[in-house]
Amino acid sequence: MKKICLTVIGLYLLLLNAFSQSVKPDSVKVATKVAEEVYVEKPLQLEETNIVSSYYQQNGNHSAVTGGIGTEKVTDLSNGIELKFTGSNLTGHKYSLITGLGFDHHTAASSAYVNKTGASKTGGNRVYPSISYSVENKNGTTVGVGAYYSGEYNYHSFALDADYAHKIGGGGELSTKVSAYFDKVKLIYPSELIPAPTTTNVTTVTSASGRTSYGGEHEKAAIPSSLRNTYTGSVTYSQIINKTLQASVSLDGVAQNGYLSLPFHRVYLSDGSVHVENLPGSRYKLPIGFRLNYFMGDKIILRSYYRYYKDDWGITAHTASLEIPYKITSFFSVSPFYRFYQQTASRYFAPYETHTANDQYYSSNYAYSAFKSSYYGVGIHLSPPGGIWKSHLSSMDIRYGHYTQTTDLNSNIITFAFQFK
Amino acid sequence: MKKNKMIRMISPVSFIMLLSSCVQVKNFQKNKLNDAEMGLSNRKVEKSELNFQSYREGASGANGGKTGGGCGCN
Repeated sequence: MKKICLTVIGLYLLLLNAFSQSVKPDSVKVATKVAEEVYVEKPLQLEETNIVSSYYQQNGNHSAVTGGIGTEKVTDLSNGIELKFTGSNLTGHKYSLITGLGFDHHTAASSAYVNKTGASKTGGNRVYPSISYSVENKNGTTVGVGAYYSGEYNYHSFALDADYAHKIGGGGELSTKVSAYFDKVKLIYPSELIPAPTTTNVTTVTSASGRTSYGGEHEKAAIPSSLRNTYTGSVTYSQIINKTLQASVSLDGVAQNGYLSLPFHRVYLSDGSVHVENLPGSRYKLPIGFRLNYFMGDKIILRSYYRYYKDDWGITAHTASLEIPYKITSFFSVSPFYRFYQQTASRYFAPYETHTANDQYYSSNYAYSAFKSSYYGVGIHLSPPGGIWKSHLSSMDIRYGHYTQTTDLNSNIITFAFQFK
Repeated sequence: MKKNKMIRMISPVSFIMLLSSCVQVKNFQKNKLNDAEMGLSNRKVEKSELNFQSYREGASGANGGKTGGGCGCN
């Protein structure tokens, strides 16, 4: 795999070398300089509205709720709307305000077994509003901030981010972003593993919905929560190489700390005893990604991506994808795509009844196992001049994909994206 | 083994240096670069699939998507 990694990087270098242009002398630059722009003051006003809906359906037989065995059947209906407002002032600053609201409804068959009897609730909702604001000056420097919230009955997250981007002469752009997630995980344990109350005269009951209530003196007590924080620093450099080719490289550094397990994940040890998943209290991730997009002729685009990933839990992963949009007309394209993914196992993963009592950390979540996956499908993109049916609907995307893992998990997803202007 | 590690570290740096040696394409020559499908970021229609991949796989990040946090995933 290391050879493949190096070969891919080598191919990138060769391609860039073959296509890059030479620098024109300064005299030519002066001769082609255009007249200074005239700036117009424009208050913030709605520029575009985006609506994205998707339906996801999954099957598998390695649920972490039941210790690495049992159904992984999941459905998820996701809907989001995003409003983008833009404006400018007389000094050449451009403003952009983006507000979003998302709503998901999911069902997970394995959730029923949070309660040992299989009587827990299998469905749930998630709501996630967001807001971001950015300013771009006339020199091509953009500064932005954003705030995000995500809430579901057992998980709440609040996030902040800030980003800075600067256009560099020669068609390059350097952007940096820092973000912080402050999450709260409600400690809903499998029914047979709920810790015994520390005070007397208290009875603990886990309802069919998975909620826990306390009798006696703790009648009104809430289910306790644990904190999980995620901090990310990202640097991306993108470059126009010529009229038909552009590339980028992105490096993320991610640090997580706090409660990184999930409380309703069971682990069965080799002696048959059952425990709650126990993972370390910190994790560091280092992914680096490369993109190369090439417009080949007048009808075909090659969108390629490669990522190398490593973390301190022992996972090393490679991701490679290629999408080939084919333009049937200038405003209608069909895009077949294929994505390959491979990872090594985390040192904390073992299948059902494999961990031993000597293991300090243990998980039977197959997201941490060694596997390969394939994801393939097709998308269509429609964006006629003047809008679809001469309406405000300026573009429409439909994309279907089928996903398979060597763990036998498989899924299908279909997404619809509409843009109104 | 050491040589491989060194190459792996040097290659991305070389990539960045090579990118920075390229030159500007004039605005009126960017009609193909400005095509909606030539963007160097994920499109909105890909957002949901990036989310499910980050739930089902151990790796995430360096793709403009989630790097962890915000949900009961990795």
